[in-house]
Amino acid sequence: MPAQMTSTAMPTAEQHGFRPHSDGAFVPVQTRSERFRSVNVEDFAPVTGREHEWKLSPVAAFADLTSGVLDGSRVEIETTVRHAQDGADATGVDVSWIGRDDARVGRTGIPEERASANAWSTFGEALLITVTGEDEKTAAVTRHGLGDAPRAAHTVIEAAPNSRGLIVLRGTGEARLSENVEIVVGEGASLTVVSLQEWSDDAVHLASHFARLGRDSFLKHIVVSLGGKVVRVNPSTHLAEQGSDVEALGLYFADAGQHLEQQVFVHHDAPHTRSRVTYKGALQGAGARTVWVGDVLIGNAAVGTDSYEQNRNLVLTDGTRADSVPNLEIETGDIEGAGHASATGRFDDEQLFYLMARGIREDEARRLVVRGFLTEVVQKIGSPDLEKRLIAAIEAELEGR
Amino acid sequence: MSVLEIKNLHVNVETDQGTREILRGVDLVVNEGEIHAIMGPNGSGKSTLAYTIAGHPKYHVVQGEILLDGENVLKMTVDARARAGLFLAMQYPVEIPGVTVTNFLRTAKTAIDGEAPAIRGWVKDVRESMSNLKMDSAFAERNVNEGFSGGEKKRNEILQLELLKPRFAVLDETDSGLDVDALRIVSEGVNRAKANTGLGILLITHYTRILRYITPDFVHVFVGGRIAEQGGRELADRLEEEGYDRFQVAEAAAE
Repeated sequence: MPAQMTSTAMPTAEQHGFRPHSDGAFVPVQTRSERFRSVNVEDFAPVTGREHEWKLSPVAAFADLTSGVLDGSRVEIETTVRHAQDGADATGVDVSWIGRDDARVGRTGIPEERASANAWSTFGEALLITVTGEDEKTAAVTRHGLGDAPRAAHTVIEAAPNSRGLIVLRGTGEARLSENVEIVVGEGASLTVVSLQEWSDDAVHLASHFARLGRDSFLKHIVVSLGGKVVRVNPSTHLAEQGSDVEALGLYFADAGQHLEQQVFVHHDAPHTRSRVTYKGALQGAGARTVWVGDVLIGNAAVGTDSYEQNRNLVLTDGTRADSVPNLEIETGDIEGAGHASATGRFDDEQLFYLMARGIREDEARRLVVRGFLTEVVQKIGSPDLEKRLIAAIEAELEGR
Repeated sequence: MSVLEIKNLHVNVETDQGTREILRGVDLVVNEGEIHAIMGPNGSGKSTLAYTIAGHPKYHVVQGEILLDGENVLKMTVDARARAGLFLAMQYPVEIPGVTVTNFLRTAKTAIDGEAPAIRGWVKDVRESMSNLKMDSAFAERNVNEGFSGGEKKRNEILQLELLKPRFAVLDETDSGLDVDALRIVSEGVNRAKANTGLGILLITHYTRILRYITPDFVHVFVGGRIAEQGGRELADRLEEEGYDRFQVAEAAAE
């Protein structure tokens, strides 16, 4: 293998199974919720890249995270908490470190793949972010410059019953990070979690988010991936109690040689639950690569489910690749609705013509169209400051900065 | 005084069946302040003329010229043509998701004028034009053409015509699909734009009913990619009674 890969964008031929079958009578797991799970890394076989959960990922670019020894010490964080309305300092979001044996760890889900299990096996303490109180507040937790050694992290975000808040978990600078994020949404709570990946060009970040929603609670979960060489954020949401509701949004912009991936799982497991999944991405430059896998499972307890998932990709240049795989599994006939949609397309020349026919120069017209395409997701975040900053970040991506 | 000249224009379109010649030698002169109605049956090349003037990449000019005050329009990019003073009101305006009408109008106005419009006057102008066109103010915050009805899309085109103030406007079947109220509102908008800026208008239509509201100075009948007959307003009246049959018969006989 060459000492340095020039692009992480494409999986190897072997990953795609260009060799004789050796599986024999192997029968893959049929139901999404019945995949093998363990918090112990040794329970998983070494990653080859042919596993269904890894087959679209450049596994060679992060072997250290799936099979290496990780540094599980505390990562440095910076936190600000503000009122949503006036931006003044606020309370109602507390941040602390708890031991790995604390009862508040492990309430939402268990790793389904080796990088996630590796992080779970090795983290020392978990970062606990608790949200209390019914007034709207925003907390930004930034991890900056985690260095180039492989690390593990564990975060528990807990919204107390009937509480409200918006948590931004942001990453910047260098990182080789595998982490698990647990999100516990109490009864009647309304929580927004934004996972914002603005890492530097060489960073690798693998994350699994496990959310468990209580009765009549609402979670808005947003994954924004802009920076990093390989970024893979896989959020799964367990709609465990009646009336729970998740809006899962994603926004990604892959440049040359960048791999941005998200495997989204929503498990409807109680009556009258609702989910909306909307992920939108743009790809620009040779080797820009994105993966979206959207799994929705409507269990037999989930009568009255209302579910819709969609993924849209806008391909801006040649030499890119976008995978988009929606899966829907329904175990009860008594549902409100379930649908999915996926579209990956090139730039619409008629839109360009329309704008240019109004005097707008080509580069600006392109920017308007792409920005418009991605803005649909940004507009749903519900934090004007963050929205403004993200629009600026998208502008910068478009200009290749 | 500005003048738009079209000289011996031949235009091809690439289709799945190969190259098709759509325009076969069109000559037309439109002076500032004049309204020219281009009428003709379906497939006669009217829309091709409109899109060729605007510079749509699908249409290839194989012969002839388009001149705006002597400047070669065919050498200009689509956006440069608009900045030079040409405007096309489209028959099927496309949706631009995520781009609000407000943002789009300001961006276009800035591009055309070369500088951002003074904010207070501009907001007032937009509001006034929208109110004239009976467009609800909520339109401004909607995304361009997204979820607009047919009539709303056409009003949005005329809104742009009024605000961008071109020297020449091509209206491509702006009347099609409009009910009588919308037709009147849109026509009033065109007449207002002409009264305000004295622009020249190329009004492309299949039907004569819009000519009850917008009075043409000249009427040209388009058949088989050429102008088959021209005259004044009375020619439109005659078309209303007789239809295009006599031209199509003559065309068939010639081929």
